[in-house]
Amino acid sequence: MPTIEEYAAVAGEAIVEELYLLAKHLNGLTIQNINSTAVGGGVAEILMRMMPLLKQLGIDARWDVIRGNEKFFAITKKMHNGLHGVPTEITDEEFEQFLDINRENANSMNFGDIVFVHDPQPIALIEKRKMIGKNWVWRCHIDFSNPDPRIWRFLEQYINLFDAAVFSAPAFARELAITQVLISPSIDPLSDKNRELPEETINEVFQRFGIDRSRPVVTQISRFDFLKDPVGVIKAYRAAKKHVDMQLVLAGGGATDDPEGALVMDLVKQEASHDKDIFVLFLPPASDIEINALQRGSSVVVQKSLKEGFGLTVSEALWKAKPVIAGAVGGIPLQITHKYSGILTHSIEGTSFWMKQLINEPEFARKLGVNGQQHIKNNFLITRHLKDYLLLFTSLFHKGDVVYL
Amino acid sequence: MEAFHFFSKLDQTILLGKKASNLTELLDGLRTVPGSSIYYHTHRFLQQHNYLSPEPPNDFAYWVTGVLNDTVLGERLSSIDIIQFQTIAQLRSNLIELIEAYLHSSTRRVDCPPGEEFHYMASQIFVFPTPYHADNLQQFRDILTHISVNSIYYHVFDAKLRVEKGENDFSRWFADLGNAELAEKVRSLDPYTQTLESLRKKIIYLVGKYANN
Repeated sequence: MPTIEEYAAVAGEAIVEELYLLAKHLNGLTIQNINSTAVGGGVAEILMRMMPLLKQLGIDARWDVIRGNEKFFAITKKMHNGLHGVPTEITDEEFEQFLDINRENANSMNFGDIVFVHDPQPIALIEKRKMIGKNWVWRCHIDFSNPDPRIWRFLEQYINLFDAAVFSAPAFARELAITQVLISPSIDPLSDKNRELPEETINEVFQRFGIDRSRPVVTQISRFDFLKDPVGVIKAYRAAKKHVDMQLVLAGGGATDDPEGALVMDLVKQEASHDKDIFVLFLPPASDIEINALQRGSSVVVQKSLKEGFGLTVSEALWKAKPVIAGAVGGIPLQITHKYSGILTHSIEGTSFWMKQLINEPEFARKLGVNGQQHIKNNFLITRHLKDYLLLFTSLFHKGDVVYL
Repeated sequence: MEAFHFFSKLDQTILLGKKASNLTELLDGLRTVPGSSIYYHTHRFLQQHNYLSPEPPNDFAYWVTGVLNDTVLGERLSSIDIIQFQTIAQLRSNLIELIEAYLHSSTRRVDCPPGEEFHYMASQIFVFPTPYHADNLQQFRDILTHISVNSIYYHVFDAKLRVEKGENDFSRWFADLGNAELAEKVRSLDPYTQTLESLRKKIIYLVGKYANN
């Protein structure tokens, strides 16, 4: 794992200096993260990267994982789907089983001074507060814009027992009795997916896939999913290619165990079958270097999502100073200011128009990329995420709009 | 003369759970949200886009122009000269009057597309001392070359309007040092029409000129 000083070289010395100044105010406090899985999934990935950095800043940060049986996780999976707006039926008995597992865990755990609960699975641990006190925060990592009303009502009674709730996008905020905080996700600039790569590595990856780097390359990195509109990307490319030479790369994973993913993959392959300049790449899970190289070696990166949570692939491409054309959905407008730091589109036609424009006007495209990179540096790196967590913990002990530490 | 102690600040963004789909609802929010929300939506762009062209200058103008597609009102909102206000209450009144007048004179009523609502937010700011202090202009200039932009932001923007001291901290100290001319020159810079980095360069240049005199 990189040290916090290595991040200073990327994010700026002054930023890291302020993290240390802030962390001093949390001396002597134990911060306990609790989630439901130690490996796999976005939350575990973030915690794995954040924990060592919090410790280097002098924070006594811990991480516990709740135990549950198969039934419990089947219920929480249903809950997850319901919160995403998928019609779901959870019985009263299942809600009781959910609470039983939470209570068993609460009885066997030692709690820190600040208890930081991630996602709905461990949410009912908050019942323990009546007995032990402490400061409690709940962080919701999932899209909360259109939750199933019954599941929402069940969770709401527990959420309102915390000191604060944290959401990833403004649209997820609800009318709650407690403070709601916005903390956007972040990318790690020193991870394999985002770190600088030698030119030879980029060339090697392009050669391996048979893509010609001497000609323009337009790339979309995302799993094969209708909501990422890969077929729309091919249509946009076709219309643009009538006037401008280019190759198209559609790369991602996630289709093997997902019946809908397999269907989308078939459609994409069918749509791309007679064009040797379209590269459909199904990448295995450990392909971070390949993704990094494909983004770095592309002329333009596209993220033509029809629906999106935050859209971290946009942050990844902008961080590499690439001109990005992306759908104006979810968290993408937080990352791109149209025509300043990228291009926001609403249609296949618009996407096609901007593909041509950016390939024909490389100087304008370059400026978009440079501005986008600065925006990500300033707002969406892991150092900003650390700052937000330190402020969140500090805010539990200070009220008022302006706090003098 | 007392040294200038550099402070810095960091913000926590608060979600108010209140949103607007059209101008009437936007106006309702403007009347009722806390002052920290008005400040947040008129200053967020400056802080988050401190390496970019400073346009667009505030969230209200950006949403009215980009989402409601109302370029006339959008331009009026983006042209508000924030530097003239001494308090957030004055700024709030000005925003309200401007939208009220527009609604009175225009028949255009548009709802935003679903999912593109204006979400009211606010910020809680945490101010803390840095290890840096200057006894004279030369030291002040040297520190300004490397201090975080958050510190510059705090002493220029927050000090004047958020903490309502009436003017920026730098000018106040220059005046106390007996450099009334430098104080006035820094006071008259419009920090709302440039990036924080370009503001940093201008102040460094001005202080350097007077430090060498």
